[in-house]
Amino acid sequence: MRAPNIDYAQLLPVLVVFGVAVIGVLVEAFVSRENRRTIQVPLAFAGIVASFITLFFVGKTPRTPAVGALGLDTPTVFIQGTILLLAFVSMLLIAERRVDGGGPFVAEAAALPGSEEERRLLQAGAQHTEVYPLVMFSVGGMLLFPESDDLLIMFVALEVLSLPLYLLCGLARRRRLLSQEAALKYFLLGAFSSGFFVYGIALLYGYAGTVRLSGIAQAAGSATGSDILLYAGIALVGVGLLFKIGAVPFHGWTPDVYQGAPTAVTAFMSACTKVAAFGATLRVFYVAFGGMRWDWRPMMWVIAVLTMVIGSVLAITQTDVKRMLAYSTIAHTGFILTAVVATSTQGLSSAMFYLAAYGFSSVGAFAIVTLVRDGGGEANHLSRWVGLGRRSPLVAGMFAFFLLAFAGIPLTSGFTGKYVVFLAAANGGALPLVVVGLLASAAAAFFYVRVIVLMFFQQPNEDAATVAVPSAYTSVAIGLGVLVTVVLGVVPGPVLQLAQDAARNLFVG
Amino acid sequence: MFPYLTVIGVVPLVAAIVVAAAPRERTGTAKWVALLASLVSFVLTLVMAAQFRADGPRFQFVENHAWIPQFGVRYALGVDGISLVLIGLTVVLVPVAIAGAWRERGARVDGGDKGYFALVLTLETALVGAFAALDLFMFYVLFEVMLIPMYFLIGRYGGIRRQYAAVKFLLYSLAGGLLMLAAVIALAVSASEQGRQTFMFEALTKLHLGAGAERWMFLGFFVAFAVKASLFPFHTWLPDAVSESRPSSAILLVGAMDPAGAYGMIRYCLQLFPNAAHFFTPVVLVLAVIGVLYGALAAIGQKDVQRLLAYTSVSHFGLIVLGIFAMTSQAQVGATFYMVSAGLSMGALFLLAGVMTARRGSRLIDDFGGVYRVAPVLGGTFLVACLSGLALPGLATFTSEFLVLLGTFSRYPVAAGIATTGIILAAVYMLWMYQRTMTGPRTPAAERMRDLGRRERWAVAPLILLLIVLGVFPKPVLDAIAPAVKQTMTQLHVQDVNAEGK
Repeated sequence: MRAPNIDYAQLLPVLVVFGVAVIGVLVEAFVSRENRRTIQVPLAFAGIVASFITLFFVGKTPRTPAVGALGLDTPTVFIQGTILLLAFVSMLLIAERRVDGGGPFVAEAAALPGSEEERRLLQAGAQHTEVYPLVMFSVGGMLLFPESDDLLIMFVALEVLSLPLYLLCGLARRRRLLSQEAALKYFLLGAFSSGFFVYGIALLYGYAGTVRLSGIAQAAGSATGSDILLYAGIALVGVGLLFKIGAVPFHGWTPDVYQGAPTAVTAFMSACTKVAAFGATLRVFYVAFGGMRWDWRPMMWVIAVLTMVIGSVLAITQTDVKRMLAYSTIAHTGFILTAVVATSTQGLSSAMFYLAAYGFSSVGAFAIVTLVRDGGGEANHLSRWVGLGRRSPLVAGMFAFFLLAFAGIPLTSGFTGKYVVFLAAANGGALPLVVVGLLASAAAAFFYVRVIVLMFFQQPNEDAATVAVPSAYTSVAIGLGVLVTVVLGVVPGPVLQLAQDAARNLFVG
Repeated sequence: MFPYLTVIGVVPLVAAIVVAAAPRERTGTAKWVALLASLVSFVLTLVMAAQFRADGPRFQFVENHAWIPQFGVRYALGVDGISLVLIGLTVVLVPVAIAGAWRERGARVDGGDKGYFALVLTLETALVGAFAALDLFMFYVLFEVMLIPMYFLIGRYGGIRRQYAAVKFLLYSLAGGLLMLAAVIALAVSASEQGRQTFMFEALTKLHLGAGAERWMFLGFFVAFAVKASLFPFHTWLPDAVSESRPSSAILLVGAMDPAGAYGMIRYCLQLFPNAAHFFTPVVLVLAVIGVLYGALAAIGQKDVQRLLAYTSVSHFGLIVLGIFAMTSQAQVGATFYMVSAGLSMGALFLLAGVMTARRGSRLIDDFGGVYRVAPVLGGTFLVACLSGLALPGLATFTSEFLVLLGTFSRYPVAAGIATTGIILAAVYMLWMYQRTMTGPRTPAAERMRDLGRRERWAVAPLILLLIVLGVFPKPVLDAIAPAVKQTMTQLHVQDVNAEGK
């Protein structure tokens, strides 16, 4: 029997990231504690950059390397590039040490919260450098997730990207119980949704006799098997994917996890996980279920509407800035789903553009959240943000700018993104969805504006939070966030063109 | 050719950045930079207007470059007579507002005045851009962006209830704007279905739209513009926003931003959706007439000077919308001219009311009395401003109101008749306010009232002068507007009543 022919050169971007992650683990094992960080940080950045560079050498023609288990095509390359860029920016936040002495992560995850041991480790300046290989593993999984042309590989990628995230969520340096609760909640719900996903795969296998996306599409086209298996399979696989992108009604974990996780990890999840999960969702629904779109579209309409409306409305009642941003993410997920519903090259390109635009603004916004602090860590309650604009006009101004971008004010990337997804939806005959989306945007504007009101129009009170002075890491992350948000708002042409060119061929299948 | 429009728009923006970035100790210099930049724009507009040929091509000083080719969006600027006079109005009001805000007391100022001036200049850029845009997408972008500086002007520098007022203002406008965005998207879909991926105004007027679709799109645009132009019943944000603003912000809000809504109606609602415009005309006329009367009656009942002026403006814009939808060339020329003259008149009123209220430390009409004896220049200029508010013959507002009513009467005599009572009511609220504040025995409060200082005289003089000059000799402005209105009428397939009657 011959070994399967795997075109390793085509897998280079993924392999580089996994390789660096493995080296990172070895570093943890063999390098002394004091020197680990000085090796891990450059290693992680180098891995992301190297992987990004190799993306340019991957062939432009669509192909299915690894005996068809993977599908490599221009949309995938665009999505992977977006993930790597966003991972780079998020990594800047993860590597930050000056804002909270020792970095945003716990000194030793095994030490009980509030124990003597924990205090001793904190004083010794210990830190978790396992974070870096964990993030790299997660990034590797994210790269693989939208590239999978095979539901089993996709499942493996899903787990590879998720498991490190569950851990990372529990590693916050401050408010550790909240963080651990978030990790456990995310893990349990994530495991549950993975169960749905696998069950869906089994049913689809029963229907089509294959787990290849193209094979399922073919089987669905020939209409031989039992429709019940097919529909149930679509629904269950859909649940797994929609959980990961945080669409209503599978969004319940988002606010808790976003709130409890270290903010740098929250930024990473809100940007990178979202891109990867949407990439996989787009591939599955366009390739495997593309021929069935008349069947799943009504359901997707309902989910898009619910996601937009519930995300926007519930955000209004939030008093914690991270929870508010979590609900805002949910609302944005709904906006992107309107493009998924379009099932067209325009839908694909607009979703990809939106993801890139939103990711940078989101990382920038969370980066600013890490700066607003008091003695006990981040001051996330909105009442602590009162009057921030008077004491730190620059930081508050940038946060206001990100909020306006989320609200979709013109000349920000948020407006361009909304315009493209709604245009795609309207072209796909979903004009009512567009109207709902715009009404939800109006509701969403309310809570973004509310934060601006309390930052700028109210007098600071005595327990207002202070703004930490970050090192170059966080400053660069925020700067990049602002820059991309402006550029994609004022001259979005080149990136739009890139997304359109990438989407022209749709996914290989 | 010299890109007048770009430069007129960009100069304030550059100055805004300079002013915002200036260190706090240099606030004094920053103010002069702001004033200078706004005057540069003003002078450039004068130079441009001198070269404008009323009998020339429809759009002049055209600049046309690709902006976002993927959407077919172009950076396209150009002016016809209507947009030219509105840009003129903007560049007159901004230096006045800056001079008025120079040392505005009474309103709480913090973070230095720098931010205030930077925001005013940013607003000017957005306004000039919106009036000059020939590309619908670009117009939409600037039309929305202008909300943000105004939101901060109200919320950051306003009175006690400024937060509420600013949020109400922004949410009303955003909601309207998002409905318009839905219509813009629908229009883009129609355009690309007909093989023209473009937002250029003139190309869009040639689209064929289904009757139903056209009506929905009209409504999307109309609601956005009605909110901006504070047409009844979309006006409720205006009294709050105006009464909580500093007088200089109010000048820009009522004088320059509200006209943007009315401008949107005449440029986009009527010309992109002519059939729907005809369909909805009766409804719009009813709303406009209600607005005229409601604004006037509500103004009579106000105790607060700025709130009174806000309702006055609701009444004025009712009349402007009436003139636009009367669809006769007289009425539309009058309505456009009225945007200018009402802007000047409201500018003068807010400026002087601001001076009075800052000196007295109160905005209640009852707290004044006998001011004229103490401060004759203030009293005299305020009298002229009030008379312009009630459209005294010889002042610019009279000419414009007269044209609107005459033009409306030829097609809708009943509407014109009812609206005329609004003018009578205007005399009531204006003269009553003047009488209560300026005449009568000296009150102890008025005793200490200083007369207009040199800076304040300089600020108000151009407005009074323009009101008188344009009242006596409105021809140049009317000549500039008339061809643009004629174009609108052609687009609407209507003719004046006398022409039809033959």
